[in-house]
Amino acid sequence: MTGQTRAVNARVPPGPLETKWERHKFDMKLVSPANKRKYTIIVVGTGLAGASAAATLSELGYRVIGITYHDSPRRAHSIAAQGGINAAKNYPNDGDSIFRLFYDTIKGGDFRAREANVYRLAEVSANIIDQCVAQGVPFAREYGGLLANRSFGGAQVSRTFYARGQTGQQLLLGAYQALERQIGRGAVDMHPHMEMLDLLVIDGRARGIVARDLITGQVQSFVGDAVVLATGGYGNVFYLSTNARMSNATAIWRAYKRGAALANPCFTQIHPTCIPVSGDYQSKLTLMSESLRNDGRVWVPARGGDARAPGDIPEAERDYYLERKYPAFGNLAPRDIASRAAKQVCDEGRGVGPAGLGVYLDFRDAIQRLGAGTIADRYGNLFEMYERITDEDPYRVPMRIYPAVHYTMGGLWVDYNLMSTVPGLHVIGEANFSDHGANRLGASALMQGLADGYFILPYTIGDYLASAKLARVEANGPEVRAIEADVAQRTQRLLAIKGRRTVDAFHRQLGRIVWEKCGMARNDAGLREALAEIPQLRAEFWENVAVPGTGESLNQALEKAGRVADFLELAELMCLDALQRTESCGAHFREESQTADGEALRDDEHFAYAAAWQYAGEGNAPLVAKEPLAFETVHLSQRSYK
Amino acid sequence: MDFTLRVWRQAAPGTPGRFVDYPAPGISPDASFLEMLDVVNERLIEQGHEPIAFSHDCREGICGSCAMMIDGVAHGPVAGAAACQVHMRSFRTGARVTIEPWRSVAFPVIKDLVTDRSALDRIIQAGGFITAPTGGARDANEILVPKDAADAAMDAASCIGCGACVAACPNGSASLFTAAKLTHLGLLPQGQPERSRRTLGMVAQMDREHFGHCTLFGECQDACPKQISIDAIARMNRDYLHAVITARPERSGGGTG
Ligand SMILES: Cc1cc2nc3c(=O)[nH]c(=O)nc-3n(C[C@H](O)[C@H](O)[C@H](O)COP(=O)(O)OP(=O)(O)OC[C@H]3O[C@@H](n4cnc5c(N)ncnc54)[C@H](O)[C@@H]3O)c2cc1C
Ligand code: FES
Repeated sequence: MTGQTRAVNARVPPGPLETKWERHKFDMKLVSPANKRKYTIIVVGTGLAGASAAATLSELGYRVIGITYHDSPRRAHSIAAQGGINAAKNYPNDGDSIFRLFYDTIKGGDFRAREANVYRLAEVSANIIDQCVAQGVPFAREYGGLLANRSFGGAQVSRTFYARGQTGQQLLLGAYQALERQIGRGAVDMHPHMEMLDLLVIDGRARGIVARDLITGQVQSFVGDAVVLATGGYGNVFYLSTNARMSNATAIWRAYKRGAALANPCFTQIHPTCIPVSGDYQSKLTLMSESLRNDGRVWVPARGGDARAPGDIPEAERDYYLERKYPAFGNLAPRDIASRAAKQVCDEGRGVGPAGLGVYLDFRDAIQRLGAGTIADRYGNLFEMYERITDEDPYRVPMRIYPAVHYTMGGLWVDYNLMSTVPGLHVIGEANFSDHGANRLGASALMQGLADGYFILPYTIGDYLASAKLARVEANGPEVRAIEADVAQRTQRLLAIKGRRTVDAFHRQLGRIVWEKCGMARNDAGLREALAEIPQLRAEFWENVAVPGTGESLNQALEKAGRVADFLELAELMCLDALQRTESCGAHFREESQTADGEALRDDEHFAYAAAWQYAGEGNAPLVAKEPLAFETVHLSQRSYK
Repeated sequence: MDFTLRVWRQAAPGTPGRFVDYPAPGISPDASFLEMLDVVNERLIEQGHEPIAFSHDCREGICGSCAMMIDGVAHGPVAGAAACQVHMRSFRTGARVTIEPWRSVAFPVIKDLVTDRSALDRIIQAGGFITAPTGGARDANEILVPKDAADAAMDAASCIGCGACVAACPNGSASLFTAAKLTHLGLLPQGQPERSRRTLGMVAQMDREHFGHCTLFGECQDACPKQISIDAIARMNRDYLHAVITARPERSGGGTG
């Protein structure tokens, strides 16, 4: 697998942006209804992307095998999304349109996403809301019975649909119920408690996966005609993040090692409004929905070391730094900008809370203006959640917040059809790199997951199946057996180390390295240090990790060990990617590349591309192919929220 | 803070289990209950022992993974919270804390505190959905839903499928879980066409899964981390009666041509 970089071809259809998808749908080959049931599609993951895809593919008549490591499809990480989902419905009549959503997404992503994909996303966004309402998703309503909308992180129109602070839960339950309906009919063969540990690539095509049954420990294969990865993001490489604890990169990492290119791994989103770390036992960080910034004002004391209680600090001695620096957007400045600004004031010694790593999010003025009742209506459950965790009442004391890792824009590279560089391997949802460029806008991940799963992949995968000539694959054939043996051996190796340090101890240390050197701000020297430290840590891991128990039953320490082993490899690629991109863009802030007033400075001449990394074999430096990003419709401009 | 844990350890399904005591000294009051278990597990691993297996994922009370009886109470001492949302400041230092898996014939133990709750998925399969295949949905605002109906549907829909209601019920009934889904879908205009069919299907499945019968003890609503009201069960019973009375044999349509 060494040798030359393989060029990547996005296969964007020709023609005007507005009609590409319509025309492409017509141009793609169809699989006839009677033939669909001859094809087996393996869908890994049952979050918004995976559940919607599996249900839809099965409704279309394909045979679907579903895989998740959770005990039920309903527990996928998507369940935790709070704030909402965007769609260009323009119900509030405030000037939204497909083009505006497209434009905002491209600009929000700091011009590092592919125009054609983003336009299509905006185009199908409206269908998602229709579909979800038909399924019974209880979105918020106005008194007249119409759907309610709100504006969300960085948008100047109200295009966000929501179900209290539980939008992800309700959207996922909608998709889950559609999926369970198909499972009940016998049309989807669902395997919970099953973790994908490798990809079966046979004759150059993805033909299945190898997985381990987490209850029995048995390693087994699932073969079919195409594979869909909907396995979510890799934010947990940082150890502490807002992601669910089990979220991991193993599926995409193993696909990468089998030949799928991985794009822009250094693009990770740090969310500005999370509850600060309280101690070293901390296992995850809790997101406080961004919607809070609609009414809360962000500030820190004007001078460093001011230890007075927030209520005792007079107005004149507060610095509402977002309102000061970004008067047009104020507290609603996009995530990357708001996060960096928080880091800056804390670096200046003006942070609040025990470790000085926090800023205030204050509702005093909003409560005075609107009354506590209205604020409770809007954010009651979030306030409760905050109080439960911190033991402080945000109606009386301002919240303390700090940025935390939240979302990964990077992921497996896919073409316009959402297919990776391995033919037959399709990637949807957060697991792919496609639509958010270098920074994702709030409420756009749910939109993308469901767009991919309900409305895009079910079409494009048909084109692949109808065009590919697929020979039969024997589940017992030597190629399959060999990869199964690989997987089983790796598990045995982890168990045989019998070292002294726990998996979590390694993971925490890795997280600290990546957070400090490949987090909110990166520089050449720091990245090079990380690139020296990570391989050392990895070597120590393989000599000294402690994994008790056996491989023949439920063994959560073993599961974690496998995931952290992969994080230890992925982290290195993230740093390499961050090192080669010497510009700043979106969430990727290279300290060497900033404007006079400290804003991110893009370099379009040299970096208007997606970096598609390719595995080159053990011990070899990975290769990088560059997909040039052509901006035919939107003019490249320096992003300004001033 | 210092605790002594009394934890149910069971190696595999169908094997005998037993309580084992573990000291848990030096725990921060700000640690969550699951973070406390993490700390204990880290120490166990360092000593070469197998950690206590427990289900968890989101750690913010929404995925429904975490599931344990804490001192005999499903999800522990904090009302309206899942085990992952309980913090150690809710306990007295020096306390002895007993931790067990859900106890229900319908939820066999897999290992330690981990149980098999797939029966709940099968109840959903039996009708807990609105049949609306992808594509062809009409514009969302063509369906008007009064705000109070939407709000009440959302209250019921907030169920996280953890199974605490079953674990807390002296009869081991899954009525609150089932009724919550029936209420969510039954309150919405989109849910009307299948309302009776849904009720009959889900109730029948509940019986097949060896859940007990509901005698309206009300323990379930106290244990529910989302505080779903037992009113849902009354509604389910009414709908069930109506569905039984009006049930007609289903006919397949279409013909052969
Ligand atoms: C706290 C929080 C709040 C958020 N709020 C919002 C919001 O308001 N709006 C918004 O748009 N976005 C939000 N996001 C982002 C959004 O929730 C996610 O990006 C999105 O849900 C990802 O969906 P997915 O389907 O791609 O993957 P996931 O939901 O992560 O699902 C991954 C699935 O893959 C399975 N899986 C993974 N690896 C394997 C493997 N090796 N073997 C077997 N199965 C595997 C898992 O079991 C799971 O079923 C939020 C994120 C967080 C963390
Ligand atoms: S871990 Fe998700 S609800 Fe407790």
